Amino acid sequence: MREPLLRVRNLRTVFPTRRGPLAAADGVDFDIAAGEALGVVGESGSGKSVTFLSVLGLVRPPGRIEAGEIELDGQDLRTLPPAALRSLRGRTVALAMQDALSALNPSLAIGTQVTETLRAHAIPVDPRTEAVRLLTRVGIPDAARRLGDYPHQFSGGMRQRAMIAIALAARPRLLVADEPTTALDVTIRAQVLDLLDELRAESGLAVAMITHDLAVVAERCPRVMVMYAGQVVESGPTAEVIAHPRHPYTRGLTESLPSLDDPDRVLHPIPGQVPDLAALDAGCRFRNRCVMAVAGCAQPVPLLPAGEGRLSRCIRAAEVTP
Amino acid sequence: MSAVAAPLPALSPTGLALRRLLRNGTAVASGAVVLGVALLAVLAPWIAPQDPTDADLFRRLCAPAWHGETVEPGFWLGCDSLGRDILSRLIHGARVSLSVAALVVGIAAVIGTLAGLAAGYLRGWTDILVSRLVDTLLGFPYLVFAIGLMAMMGPGLHNIVLALVLKEWIFTCRVVRGETLAAREQDYVEAARALGCSPRHIMLREILPNVLSPVLVVATFRMAYVIIMEASLSFLGLGVQPPTPSWGSMVSDGRDFLVDAWWVSTLPGLCILALVLSINLASQGLRDAFDPRLHQSS
Repeated sequence: MREPLLRVRNLRTVFPTRRGPLAAADGVDFDIAAGEALGVVGESGSGKSVTFLSVLGLVRPPGRIEAGEIELDGQDLRTLPPAALRSLRGRTVALAMQDALSALNPSLAIGTQVTETLRAHAIPVDPRTEAVRLLTRVGIPDAARRLGDYPHQFSGGMRQRAMIAIALAARPRLLVADEPTTALDVTIRAQVLDLLDELRAESGLAVAMITHDLAVVAERCPRVMVMYAGQVVESGPTAEVIAHPRHPYTRGLTESLPSLDDPDRVLHPIPGQVPDLAALDAGCRFRNRCVMAVAGCAQPVPLLPAGEGRLSRCIRAAEVTP
Repeated sequence: MSAVAAPLPALSPTGLALRRLLRNGTAVASGAVVLGVALLAVLAPWIAPQDPTDADLFRRLCAPAWHGETVEPGFWLGCDSLGRDILSRLIHGARVSLSVAALVVGIAAVIGTLAGLAAGYLRGWTDILVSRLVDTLLGFPYLVFAIGLMAMMGPGLHNIVLALVLKEWIFTCRVVRGETLAAREQDYVEAARALGCSPRHIMLREILPNVLSPVLVVATFRMAYVIIMEASLSFLGLGVQPPTPSWGSMVSDGRDFLVDAWWVSTLPGLCILALVLSINLASQGLRDAFDPRLHQSS
């Protein structure tokens, strides 16, 4: 396999709380190659966003990265001085946020915001031409006339696309899209996702798509990583992972989703709740909700190979699905 | 909204607020008074009917034109104890009041905004330093602080501006710091950081446009207060020195003749009242126009 663009090993990001340190990401390992789309799936609080904020070096104090390696394009981000890290942000790795309305500055015209990144990195281009090019690229009609518009004059889908244009302005090689389509209706969602697909194919942009929508991942991301309670519980080729989960949590996720092929199928919600992240033991974090739990689950479970490029954090991985 | 909405002109939040402001009758009227006084001040040398420093004891304490007796033709509002034309002195006095107010509020707004941005965004030592300085200055009673400084530096226009700026910047600073604390938690600031913007870039290009409207509101409110402060200092003889006319010193000049020639003190006093009231009403209109919490009801 090629050298991955982003390589994360054993990442542990901790937030101090009154009840002791809370590891929002705990021992996260993954790679993303250039041009690849990795779906990152998990429920709220599973550590998806924190993992990628750690990669960007944007964990808010008092939260901090306690351990692990983050290598982007061969550079170790954890030892990089703040100024060097800042120049990587936007140019090599960019973030597109979930809520486009609050992620756009209400007091600045769209055109200005699109070229802010270029200005911040002192990239010499004509800001106006470049803004028109970028906005046209993300499918904003009549972009030249909309440069002076403010975010409140854009529709939801246009704001989302404008935000992607902002994130892509400095031509990053990795785009972290945090729930890029959650707030959008189905047609606009398809447009935004098509755009990301095109960019991947054209310029080898790598995309990390953070979402809790398994359907989007199934459709758009060749590879998926499932997170639960701050850990990666399963990863592998998306089709395989969904068809034959190797972790009970993934199976729980797929069984709780309705399917168009079999609309009469009974849906099974996952019983119980996510454990308290500040009060964990060393064992499997899913075992309190797991129908397959056995005594051995109280022992630490590493992320183990589970066939054809797949990894699972379950001691009974082979038994999860036939 | 209709299906074929006419293309709205591109309006920033500030532009929208200004449009709301123009629909507020009281604010527009009082704003017009302020602008009128400003116009008088600018054009003073050309429109003042007399030389404001031309003394003539034969005109001493002559009455305003409507009074009937002891009136001097051409001296519409009467004369002061040295026989100087009150109308011309009022017109020239507006220059002092407004230029001191504009300078103090302008300089204080710039200093306060920068300090507030730095304290609110950078936090840490910068914040501790700025906030403690603000608290300390806030602890001094305003007039005592100004009188003390004027006593040390000596009277004069420059020193008034300096003394008032030293206190005045904290009011802008406190508001901007608070607004910045709120803004720095917004997604668009996080997004800017994620795109590699430097702290300076974030403060000046991302946060500053969002705190400008409260700065504007604070500045106009404070302007009324600064005019009173300048008048007070001039009344106490610490301000602009004779023969330059200033409303505060004119009130002071007439206080020995309140019974015989009430107009000498009362007219500049009324000017101060009218200007301060107009500024306050105008700034209230500004605040209503810019306060997002009131938008829904209007």
